[in-house]
Amino acid sequence: MIQGISIHHFLIVSTLMFFIGITGFIIRQNLITILLSVELILNSVVINFLVFNRYLYPDQLQGHFFSLFIIGVAAAEASVAIALIINIYRRIHNIEADNVDRMKF
Amino acid sequence: MFYLLSGTILTFSVLTITSRRMLRAAVYLLFVLVATSGLYFLLNYQFLAAIQLTLYAGGIVVLIIFSILLTGHISEKFKNPAPWKLWMGASVFIVGSAVALWALLSNELVRDTGVEEVQIDMHLIGNQLMGTGKNGFVLPFEIISILLLASMVAAIVIAKKENN
Repeated sequence: MIQGISIHHFLIVSTLMFFIGITGFIIRQNLITILLSVELILNSVVINFLVFNRYLYPDQLQGHFFSLFIIGVAAAEASVAIALIINIYRRIHNIEADNVDRMKF
Repeated sequence: MFYLLSGTILTFSVLTITSRRMLRAAVYLLFVLVATSGLYFLLNYQFLAAIQLTLYAGGIVVLIIFSILLTGHISEKFKNPAPWKLWMGASVFIVGSAVALWALLSNELVRDTGVEEVQIDMHLIGNQLMGTGKNGFVLPFEIISILLLASMVAAIVIAKKENN
């Protein structure tokens, strides 16, 4: 834990970051920008896990490992999402979410 | 230092979702991720900060930038979002963060007193990650290895060109 900075400061930062990500998810139409917002959301969750681990249960490492697994899952998710986006771009030459309304081939 | 890092994080997250050029949004996301790894360094989680730098800032952002370059023009600008979408996003942001911050600030988060702060070194991380007993994480470790394999195969199969 850091002297002089309470746990609430960290949690306020990660809360704001989470809702900024959700807002970006809503207002953007481009699939890649939506993916960027999802990365923001995941990152804020990782901050939360680590802060709770360090401030409330400093004798254990559970939050640390959960953050590790979240980062791994985020990498897997990003790779599959980008493969999908590239495939969609090949089919309709456009990656706006509004134009992707047929989920079949 | 903490306030500098969190100011960077918040500023560049807002810029990420408001920027109208995709490549700039990706670079702003890179700044957010690097500042976040600075927060992990502050919290004394050096291993995870290094993972964040290599995997997120090095891997995912490069992947996203590649896909931006593959799927569009660099100079392309987005249209502004529809006004109702802007209003909906802003109201979700205000209401959601108000509820979450109220719940957060009205809660006294008390620390477990009288416990030793664990010293994180590589031996401890390795032993717990591969351990099967108490505090062992070998099952999620194996599951995530299967997940990574499956997603790698899926990404190759989805993105490869179909030969007619």
